[in-house]
Amino acid sequence: MGWAGIGRLVVFALLVAFLTMPDAFAFVFEPLTENNAPAIYNQGSLWSLTVSHLTIVFGAGLASTVLAVALGIFVTRPSGLEFLPLSRSLVNIGQTFPPIAVLAVAVPLVGFGEAPTFIALFLYGLLPIFENTLGGLTQVPPLTLDAARGMGMGPTRRLFSVELPLALPVILAGIRLSIIINLGTATIGSTVAAKGLGEVIIAGLQSNNLAFVLQGGLVVALLAVLIHGLMGGIERFALRRLGGERGGALA
Amino acid sequence: MIAPARDRGGPIRPDGDVVVGSGVDRLGALVAMMIGVGLLAVPLVTYRANRIVAGDTRSVMEALPLVGAVGLIVALVAIAGIAVLVRQPPLRLAAAAIGMALLFPAIGWAASYLTPPGNTFARVSPAAGFWLIGLALALLLADCLTRLRFGPWERLASLALAFALLAVLLASGSWNDVSLVREYAGRAESFWREGRQHLFLALGSLSAAILIGFPLGVLCHRARILKGATLQVLNIIQTIPSIALFGILMVPLGYLAAVSPLAHALGIRGIGAAPALVALFLYSLLPVVANTVVGLDQVAAPVVDAARGMGLSRRQQLFQVKLPLAFPIILTGIRIVLVQNLGLATVAALIGGGGLGTFIFQGIGQTAMDLVLLGAIPIVAMAFAAAVVLDAVVDLASGVRP
Repeated sequence: MGWAGIGRLVVFALLVAFLTMPDAFAFVFEPLTENNAPAIYNQGSLWSLTVSHLTIVFGAGLASTVLAVALGIFVTRPSGLEFLPLSRSLVNIGQTFPPIAVLAVAVPLVGFGEAPTFIALFLYGLLPIFENTLGGLTQVPPLTLDAARGMGMGPTRRLFSVELPLALPVILAGIRLSIIINLGTATIGSTVAAKGLGEVIIAGLQSNNLAFVLQGGLVVALLAVLIHGLMGGIERFALRRLGGERGGALA
Repeated sequence: MIAPARDRGGPIRPDGDVVVGSGVDRLGALVAMMIGVGLLAVPLVTYRANRIVAGDTRSVMEALPLVGAVGLIVALVAIAGIAVLVRQPPLRLAAAAIGMALLFPAIGWAASYLTPPGNTFARVSPAAGFWLIGLALALLLADCLTRLRFGPWERLASLALAFALLAVLLASGSWNDVSLVREYAGRAESFWREGRQHLFLALGSLSAAILIGFPLGVLCHRARILKGATLQVLNIIQTIPSIALFGILMVPLGYLAAVSPLAHALGIRGIGAAPALVALFLYSLLPVVANTVVGLDQVAAPVVDAARGMGLSRRQQLFQVKLPLAFPIILTGIRIVLVQNLGLATVAALIGGGGLGTFIFQGIGQTAMDLVLLGAIPIVAMAFAAAVVLDAVVDLASGVRP
């Protein structure tokens, strides 16, 4: 394990300690409070807010992954090829939609709470995964595909034994990007009453308590750093299984 | 419409125009199905007695006078037929454009028709039918524009035409009875003020990021040690959620305003535009610095050698050879920042920084969908326009022939 790994372990331990017994850290945040305001968020358990935050991010991430990868596979098959140029333009247009606008437009359709946040995260998370699935699948060299065909593989086996394994590291990078973006975006969900760490930040903004803002932001940022590292590890593992030298070119 | 430079190389596989099977266009079939559902199965508009109450819905036949309803249905069915049966992109493009040119005024007409004369409380807003048909036509439009492979000038001209048509629609007063325009009419002054503030936040932070980030990128290109550390720090900043960064910056800026009369006189405060500008600036640095470094790094070694052989000094190599070659990539970074900032500036409203987000958060608070849209639509339109314009500029800068 390198220094980065040790650093991540320390961050993880600190984060768990803070979430399970936040009051022990009150002395860190006290200088930021005024008029004897509480230094630690007291309108709910930080642990359960973190759990709901992660649940909604990973739930939406899972849904986006399933749909985006399926769509990416569809438009690169012969039967879906005619949709490939259009889907590329749609992805580019979709990226210009700010997540808050998606969130705000979802509220009148599905009401307040977790649902609009889930929809916004799901839609916003689709784009990086879809783009990387396309990138990964179209990067597979035609020679490799010819070789697979020559070995007598049918289209389905070519997809599952050759194309998807080769594209996997790129797809995983897309999923990581999507999850990291959504960890931050999910905080905005609290403006429409979704349970999550944004609640802490917004409570801080409303009561002018910077200690709340800082601890909410810190927890999300640390989660992002940890998840980034963890998913980076999974990508490196997938690359190593490919035998390294090609992986270097893909990453 | 948006064809980014990186797609120019094209995928390895044959692109687009593959005719599969029979004469029926499958995208066209999808478009036709959406138009059919939009016309027959779901309501075209919603009517509400005032802006807060739940509304009841009106189908096409109920929303327009008989002649108008039948005319709209016939025209849209014809367009659906063209989408399914005709393959020439220019004809399909014309059909989609005509569809848009009928649909939008039709909503304005429906609003005037349904609103009792003199009633200023009633609200008529587009419902699922409008959005579905609009989406179908937009899909058809996007598909044609993708297939026609417009060059940068043509894309800019299409964008200008679309905005001109929108301006004509709004200026003609045809939409004056539509809820969105009624929301606007009540707050025209604050709408333009917040719009300007939104642009100020997005462009101000972008300019600062270019002023600081560009030299920083050049420095990182020269000094390897600086590069790793700088990019690491900028990457970590990107992971901080926007509302937290906006909030956290209130601490140092509030402190600065409290201890320095000069900062206070300059308008720097813990809340308001200052923390929003600084936060957007910090988010903007990564794409500017990273693209400057990548752009300079990727200049081919033989080119640099040739420049050195011609007797150019390091400074001349940088300004006369490397920077011109890196320019398109640096511009791509600026495009990413501008689109991202136009979206993120929305959050500034939460800390009193103004911008169009003000209407979105007010609308969420009042459960007034029209107010949300009044904030959201201009933001999306600006981000979209910025993406199209800068993509075209990137293409022009990298010498792609129209």
